[in-house]
Amino acid sequence: MRTLRVPAILVTFGLLAAACGVGAPAGAPTSLGDGEGELNLIIWAGYAERGENDPAFDWVTPFEEETGCQVNTTDMTDSPNGVSLMQTGEYDGISASGDATLRLIASGTVAPVNVDLIPNYADVFEGLKNQAHNSVDGVPYGVPHGRGANLLMYNTNVFPEAPTSWAGVWEDAAANSGAVSIYNSSIYIADAALHLMETDPDLGITDPYQLNEEQFNAAIDLLEAQSEHAVYWGTAAEQIQSFASEETVIGTTWQYQANVLVGEGEPVAVTLPEEGSTGWSDTWMIHADAAHPNCMYMWMNHILSPDVSAAATVWFGEAPTSQAACDAAEELSPGHCETFHATDEEYFSNVWYWSTPQADCADDDDATTCKDVDAWIEAWTAIVGG
Amino acid sequence: MAESLWVRIGLRAFTFVVLTFLYLPLVVLAVYAFNPSRTLAWPPTGLTLHWFIEAAGNPRIVEAFWTSIVAGVGATAIALVLGTLAALGVQRFAFFGRETISFLLVLPIALPGVVTGVALSTTFRTIGIEFGLMTVIVGHATFCVVIAYNNVLARLRRMPRSAEEASSDLGADTWRTFRRITLPGMRTALLSGGLLAFALSFDEVIVTNFTAGPGTETIPLWILGAIQRPNELPVVNVVALVLVLLSVIPVYLAQRIGGETATVKR
Amino acid sequence: MTTKVAGPPPSRPRRLATWLHARPRLQLRLLLLGPLAWIGLAYLGSLLILLLNGFWAKDAFSGRVIPFDWSLDAFASLLGGEAYRTIAVRTIAVAVLVTLTDVLLAFPIAYYMARVASPRTRAFLVVAVLMPLWASYLVKIYSWRTILQGNGLLDSVLAPLGIDGPGLTAVVNSWLVLSYLWLPYMILPIYAGLERIPASLLEASSDLGARSGTTFRRVVLPLALPAVVAGSIFTFSLTLGDYITPSLVSNTKFIGNVIYDNSSLGNIPLAAAYSLLPIVIIVAYLLIARRLGAFESL
Repeated sequence: MRTLRVPAILVTFGLLAAACGVGAPAGAPTSLGDGEGELNLIIWAGYAERGENDPAFDWVTPFEEETGCQVNTTDMTDSPNGVSLMQTGEYDGISASGDATLRLIASGTVAPVNVDLIPNYADVFEGLKNQAHNSVDGVPYGVPHGRGANLLMYNTNVFPEAPTSWAGVWEDAAANSGAVSIYNSSIYIADAALHLMETDPDLGITDPYQLNEEQFNAAIDLLEAQSEHAVYWGTAAEQIQSFASEETVIGTTWQYQANVLVGEGEPVAVTLPEEGSTGWSDTWMIHADAAHPNCMYMWMNHILSPDVSAAATVWFGEAPTSQAACDAAEELSPGHCETFHATDEEYFSNVWYWSTPQADCADDDDATTCKDVDAWIEAWTAIVGG
Repeated sequence: MAESLWVRIGLRAFTFVVLTFLYLPLVVLAVYAFNPSRTLAWPPTGLTLHWFIEAAGNPRIVEAFWTSIVAGVGATAIALVLGTLAALGVQRFAFFGRETISFLLVLPIALPGVVTGVALSTTFRTIGIEFGLMTVIVGHATFCVVIAYNNVLARLRRMPRSAEEASSDLGADTWRTFRRITLPGMRTALLSGGLLAFALSFDEVIVTNFTAGPGTETIPLWILGAIQRPNELPVVNVVALVLVLLSVIPVYLAQRIGGETATVKR
Repeated sequence: MTTKVAGPPPSRPRRLATWLHARPRLQLRLLLLGPLAWIGLAYLGSLLILLLNGFWAKDAFSGRVIPFDWSLDAFASLLGGEAYRTIAVRTIAVAVLVTLTDVLLAFPIAYYMARVASPRTRAFLVVAVLMPLWASYLVKIYSWRTILQGNGLLDSVLAPLGIDGPGLTAVVNSWLVLSYLWLPYMILPIYAGLERIPASLLEASSDLGARSGTTFRRVVLPLALPAVVAGSIFTFSLTLGDYITPSLVSNTKFIGNVIYDNSSLGNIPLAAAYSLLPIVIIVAYLLIARRLGAFESL
């Protein structure tokens, strides 16, 4: 029956194609079912608001009502903490920064993402898709949350003019001894390396996250000198307290703290110094054995929707993920996308996203060896605790 | 021994100073509970009941409160049972290794909470036990056992055996004697031990931090999270203040119960 | 001749009780089975698993511990790092200081409560000393943080005197706050211990011609010693393991911080290896305390 055979072949191919999930990477689901009723997330503080801080900023409750997925969140203090929490297997997803993403991928903790199941992904800025920190060989491992730079925050009474360089926390830290506020995480070593790129080019640092012995030791020396004058903050709340009480007058920060302080009427401002800065581009990733994968996919779609992305990035102070989100953000906070350079790829070329220090220097040259993340953590313990 | 007048005056003054020291942070806490500012700078900027209203309307706090109560009751129940069993064994029988029991039971409370916490969480993970309210109760019960044990043991030591012997002379079997003579005699120890164990469990944060899963939140865990979220900080003061005020009741009760036995001693 | 009328046959629980009564060792074993199984399995078992981790290797990039991959890397890191030594010495020193401070602060007030105050005052004082224990541990520390922070309450009191406050960096803050936190744990055992001293002993001492000072030194103090040691178990061990206080009120790290930081970073081998230090110290301390009779005064 010739007339039936041809369509049969086509149907068979169609079925085969669907079964193979063309477009869906191995390990990712091919279709979504109903929500499982619960979702456990590891987040940066401020990434999943449910109106407790400001009733106008709540993108969790609408999600829970729509999907029935009850959201539980745990704040991570820094990326190694986030990796460790994710590896406990108790969480479905994490808003991972670039220094956590590759470790999670390499250790098989997270699964690739089938972006076909996430309708809002299509609108995401191209500059955020398939980046080195959130994809492997073109296979996406997450969806972006937003990106931003670490900024220099200063008390406007002490510094009437905006500082133009990071010197205030390095060479000039002694002038404000005991009043310099520094992020308490090993990743901050990269900021020292960044400063050395400017002040000591002979060291030959090309990537502040991949440092050989000599470069690393130079950065550590710089940090030891700074530690005499520094007060370290581990959580946003600590730094906010610190600036509000005027215990510290200058330091490294996230826009979030500045927003809260200015909202309280405190005399602070932020700036991105000329040398550039470290920064972060955060990705929502799903656990390889997530207990609630459907809810996680629904969350990823939700967080990419324009209104939610706008609210989340206006609240925290970072660049949103799509043009539609920028338009929505304009309503909440006019000029938001300009302030955060959401579409300015050149700006972000001056921002070094958090990335994982690797023993092989993350390059193709076998001869080079760098300090790995454990060495960074150990060195940091000595600086802060010694 | 009659202390001289100067010594008595000195002691009284010293006591006053120490009490001030003990209550200073609690007074500061109360002041900040009414302070409108979100950032806890000094001096306080005014008076408001805003945070109280916010706390009352926060379902998460209420849920955390009940979780803490359930965990406390569960841990206390287990601790009382295990502690009483151990105390009975140690006090009634002379055997080799008697002193070791006390030593082993005190270890969970003497070793650092962070060590206990990391040990328990690593073990749960290795075995594959799911984290939740049960794991919290297990953790709490472990260091609460010694409290029940100490209280019951102290009471058993002071209880004359004559009543029990008379009971069995009159034909009661072991269970009956236990139910009608021993248990009532231990009642005050069980109550004060139970109260102390509950208090310890209710306020515990370090071990709980390691043994609770993502969906389980006790009051101390909520506080730990809230002090890291700048906008929830003032509400924490309110919650703490309310808890302190509420705790007058059990403390008073514990004193009355314990006080009976204490005054008998003198 | 009287005929004895047999009563109803003994019930099963009664028969069990009689059977057990004849077997005291079995009774003992049954009593202790539950508590020992719990402590043995849940607690000691977990400790063992933790300590085993100290001898296992960890892959740096993926962050995973490799079980049974025996390695002394963790211990090598600890011995090679000067910071770990500094931190250990600092923690032990503060623990000793806090214990001494608390003994000095607690003894007079405990003495007053036990032997000088009227019964009503005593009851009031016991409640007054117990109450702060019921305030949240975390909130008390945070309260001190706001007092000690730059331009906080302490600074505003010291400023007119021209003294600079310590700010939130100094280790002295940890000493202060830890002494505060554990003070009631020292007051209560000493109070109980002093209260137990029979008045007759003190009368006898003065009858024999001793003045109050001598009686205090030669009768009261030695009798109170076990209670002081009992209290010191709390202040010493709780300080040795604490990490929340130093992290909230100071810039310095204690042993507990290193263990906590490494565990939250997934470096369980290092956390486990470092845990051996406080475990050994506290076990030794407990053994000495037991010798001195402290366990009866807990």
